[in-house]
Amino acid sequence: MNYFVNEKGYFGDFGGAYIPEMLYPNVEELRTKYLEIIADEGFQKEFHQLLKDYVGRPSPLYLAKRLSQKYGANIFLKREDLNHTGAHKINNTIGQILVAERLGKKRIIAETGAGQHGVATATVCALRGLECVVYMGEIDIQRQAPNVARMKMLGAKVVSATSGSKTLKDATNEAMRDWINNPIDTHYIIGSVVGPHPYPDMVATFQSIISEETKKQLIEQTVNDQPDYVLACVGGGSNAMGMFYHFINDEKVKLIAIEAAGKGVDSGHSAATTALGKEGVLHGSRSILMQTEDGQVIEPYSISAGLDYPGVGPQHAHLFKTLRAQYVSVTDDEALQAGLLLTQLEGIIPAIESAHALAYLEKMKFTGNENVVICLSGRGDKDMDTYMKYFGL
Amino acid sequence: MNRINKLFQEKKNILSIYYTAGYPNLGDTVAIAEELERSGADLLEIGFPYSDPVADGPVIQASSKAALDAGMTLKLLFEQLKDLRKTVSIPVLLMGYVNPLLQYGVANFCKSCAEVGVDGCIVPDLPMAEYEELYANDFKQYDLTNIFLVTPQTAPERIQKIDSLSNGFIYLLSSSATTGQNLQVSEGTEAYFSRIAALKLKNPTMIGFGISSKETFDKACQYANGAIIGSAFVKNLKSDDVSGSVKDFMKTFKP
Repeated sequence: MNYFVNEKGYFGDFGGAYIPEMLYPNVEELRTKYLEIIADEGFQKEFHQLLKDYVGRPSPLYLAKRLSQKYGANIFLKREDLNHTGAHKINNTIGQILVAERLGKKRIIAETGAGQHGVATATVCALRGLECVVYMGEIDIQRQAPNVARMKMLGAKVVSATSGSKTLKDATNEAMRDWINNPIDTHYIIGSVVGPHPYPDMVATFQSIISEETKKQLIEQTVNDQPDYVLACVGGGSNAMGMFYHFINDEKVKLIAIEAAGKGVDSGHSAATTALGKEGVLHGSRSILMQTEDGQVIEPYSISAGLDYPGVGPQHAHLFKTLRAQYVSVTDDEALQAGLLLTQLEGIIPAIESAHALAYLEKMKFTGNENVVICLSGRGDKDMDTYMKYFGL
Repeated sequence: MNRINKLFQEKKNILSIYYTAGYPNLGDTVAIAEELERSGADLLEIGFPYSDPVADGPVIQASSKAALDAGMTLKLLFEQLKDLRKTVSIPVLLMGYVNPLLQYGVANFCKSCAEVGVDGCIVPDLPMAEYEELYANDFKQYDLTNIFLVTPQTAPERIQKIDSLSNGFIYLLSSSATTGQNLQVSEGTEAYFSRIAALKLKNPTMIGFGISSKETFDKACQYANGAIIGSAFVKNLKSDDVSGSVKDFMKTFKP
């Protein structure tokens, strides 16, 4: 079974580039050049240098002893929360800004939901001196004021997306419209493993540093580089794809992707895409998305803005359909409780996105010796408001 | 011969009007078509709305949202168009995004088009390769035309390929832009239109995006077989006087 992209830009039945002709030249330019650019020795050197000296990689793989004791397994946390800007998002924006420079682009656009990808994009634009415009839903701008301020301080222009539901999906639409209207000098840094080919493959490639490091760190800390389980949360799915990447072809390793059930999968307020969705096309690729019978996209709900997306990346759709990975979900309440638990057992406040992955431990059965790796994709500073309200802190 | 080929054989300076099905009122779809034919439109493009119309500007985003909120679906649209051909004789295209079409089923969609007398469709985000490989046979079986878009950035070889897959007309975008902006004919635009003319395509061409007035329409007609008006028309529709607002708009084009 091939779990990776084929020469037509598909992962099994999913992927492709379902874009209007206005975007074709931009996407085609990227498609024909990205592999060569990334494979170039100079690119690799600069990418890894920045990951090391600027982002602070490798991120630690930490054996969480008290958490392990509670669940009866060896639980390792891949500490993406310790990266510069506080999440895994920067791995991708560093890679894409170097690609944009090599394509001769002068202007960067991005979409953002909670603002983590927007901040990571504004950061690399400041680093390299490129113009940056970030599209963000009007409602998210109100909910995430500190991240809006960070982006502005970094020199980015934050544009309010006022169409549709005024959240991430609509910010993505606005970014695509900007790209249509600026076809020559602009590169669109998509923040997840979504969008038209080659984005899902390119973003996964940049995020694959997560599992590349994890395998080395497992050899140092355990007897081999084959954990029993690898867990990660999924919105669009970039941290999960990075965490799974180098384990995908090792079928002994069980991959578990945790989606946001919101108030419950069947509550009408959920973002559990694989449970509720059907095959279709969203934001340029064929995948699984939440939609009506008429093919209109349904607005998802999750307390975590980073998981509040109505689709999953096409590679996830493929891993789901082929049963290579298991897709499950946890609710808002379960995630918040897991966030509190990690804080009190290990002294780490996780992002609510990452807390979804931790919450699934409650539902697993261990015999005592399993090695479990969980991607701790981001830190919880940005979520303090939500934690404060929920726990009455 | 189908209605579209016949139209291009018989007429020049073809005026095509786009509007969104179910807007401004859910039940207006056919009434607008009838009024447009009476007022001199040569070709109609009826948009089936989508929740995430990335190629559209604010006017068509808003009309799409209003139509969806009122309950428009592809299924309902085909019901509304059931008796279309009793009162409307000019060619009609449906225009929309690929996902509603996939959920309806492409073969099923083609069948429904044929049943109500729709002549073809424009699906901007259906890629050429996927169309050719997966769906071209369905279109052929029901004698439907699939219209492709070309922009100033489209490479000549790709335009030739589009020409070979087309059998109605080619939709030339005046610039790379979302819908609803004004056409500025600069030297660059003229060079682009001349470049297209020099390719000697087998299909006729229509210019769309940014055509909003008689002046821009006439200008577009210098370079193509006609032009398409969308946002400017939709913006003018009045929910309490649909027929009157269609007539008033069309007066400036067909006095």
